[in-house]
Amino acid sequence: MVAGTPKIELRGVKKRFGSKVVLDGIDLTIDAGSSLVVIGGSGTGKSVMIKCVLGILTPDEGRIFVDGIDVTRARGRARDAQLKKFGMLFQGAALFDSLPVWENVAFGLIQGRGLPRRKAKDIAIEKLAKVGLTADVGALWPSELSGGMQKRVGLARAIAADPDIIFFDEPTTGLDPIMADIINDLIVSTVKDLGVTTLSITHDMASARKISNRIAMLYQGKIIWDGPTAEIDKNGNAYVDQFIHGRAEGPIKMQVRS
Amino acid sequence: MNIFAAIGRMVLLTFAEAGRLTLFTLSAVLNIVQVPIYWRLIGQQMMRIGYFSLPVVGLTAFFTGGALALQIYMGSDRFGAESFVPNIVVLGITRELGPVIAGLMVAGRVAAAIAAEIGTMRVTEQIDALTTLSTNPMKYLVVPRLVAAVVTLPLLVLIADAIGVFGGYVVSTQSLGFNGAVYIKNTVDFVTHDDVQSGVIKVAVFGFIIALMGCYNGFHSRGGAQGVGAATTNAVVSSSILILAANYFLTSVLFEK
Repeated sequence: MVAGTPKIELRGVKKRFGSKVVLDGIDLTIDAGSSLVVIGGSGTGKSVMIKCVLGILTPDEGRIFVDGIDVTRARGRARDAQLKKFGMLFQGAALFDSLPVWENVAFGLIQGRGLPRRKAKDIAIEKLAKVGLTADVGALWPSELSGGMQKRVGLARAIAADPDIIFFDEPTTGLDPIMADIINDLIVSTVKDLGVTTLSITHDMASARKISNRIAMLYQGKIIWDGPTAEIDKNGNAYVDQFIHGRAEGPIKMQVRS
Repeated sequence: MNIFAAIGRMVLLTFAEAGRLTLFTLSAVLNIVQVPIYWRLIGQQMMRIGYFSLPVVGLTAFFTGGALALQIYMGSDRFGAESFVPNIVVLGITRELGPVIAGLMVAGRVAAAIAAEIGTMRVTEQIDALTTLSTNPMKYLVVPRLVAAVVTLPLLVLIADAIGVFGGYVVSTQSLGFNGAVYIKNTVDFVTHDDVQSGVIKVAVFGFIIALMGCYNGFHSRGGAQGVGAATTNAVVSSSILILAANYFLTSVLFEK
């Protein structure tokens, strides 16, 4: 990686589904070691943006660079190499319900990297401890866990393979305020420990303020504001202002259709 | 509403769906021959698809064989050809009813289960999670099911053939007055390698259809519980129709003189 190259860079990324334009020319750079949160209402394309970076969706136009390498249409080994840099915590944790907790955490190590099961299990237990879970939780099934515990396991799975970049998709959605704060603290401490770059999407402002050092707002397929978290209250943008204060009145009108 | 626009939209949607299915099939087949191969998952799916379908396929084969014997007996009674019951039962079971009944029963049981399982994984983002964990969902989810269905259904149909013929034997000897030894001798003398082989080839194709339609519909399910329900229904309906259509074409190819 060349010094000064952003960790992730999106240039003019566009994505539409049928006639609906979801991303309308996204430009965004994330520097190594920084924590960016993209805020925006439901259905504004935040998840689509992350899935484009991951390569789960292919943008219609524009390019995405990770460590200066164009990953937009990477295939085969090039794509595998890129995927190994990422860890992701999904909105609903997306744990595999047919596997016990430890195997969920070790999944990427066993299937993706070919580690022996015994060694992968030891690493999984170690990662579970990092998110505050004891080894006996590893033997449980995902369906036996509460929402907050599932998020912790999801976080352990995301960090299991020591990624460079972690994506957090609505990390606190569906959790009570106390558990949400616990998850936020865990994210902050994990990110600090690992020194990773993070890209999170959320509409929970308390979480956004806590886990980021930069915030960008996505509205109608475009980034309409981008700045340090400390300056979000002095943003000078009516749309951002309405969103962060959660006001019904303002320039943003609720969408009926997703 | 413009009727031409509606027809045009329908035609375009049909072509788009056919294109998607073709690409999905090609990708699945290409992935079968590429490493890594998940042997443990293939074994697991062989148990689920083949072994656990045995009771339902066996029972339906038994009763079908019995009903077939009765029908043939009553039908051939009109021109004094009752003695052909064992011959026609074994021919009907091995060539036609064994594979079709096994195919349809497994379609109901397995295609629905596959579509529901993969569909739920899709709507809960488990399939996206697989990708982020450097695991190809086609290889991990689709290939084991396809291989397991293509391998186990022929084994299943061989057992179904035997049980179906046994059903005919039981009815013929217990209520139609046939001599057991003569019934078995007629059956064994009459059935040929080609009869059994044609059924095995047919059902291997049906297995491919069942797993493919289950996986395809599951993979493309959208919108929560309702979407998964629709995917399950589509998987069973489409695989059943495709099995019957494929049965006709395979019969015409396999028995072409």
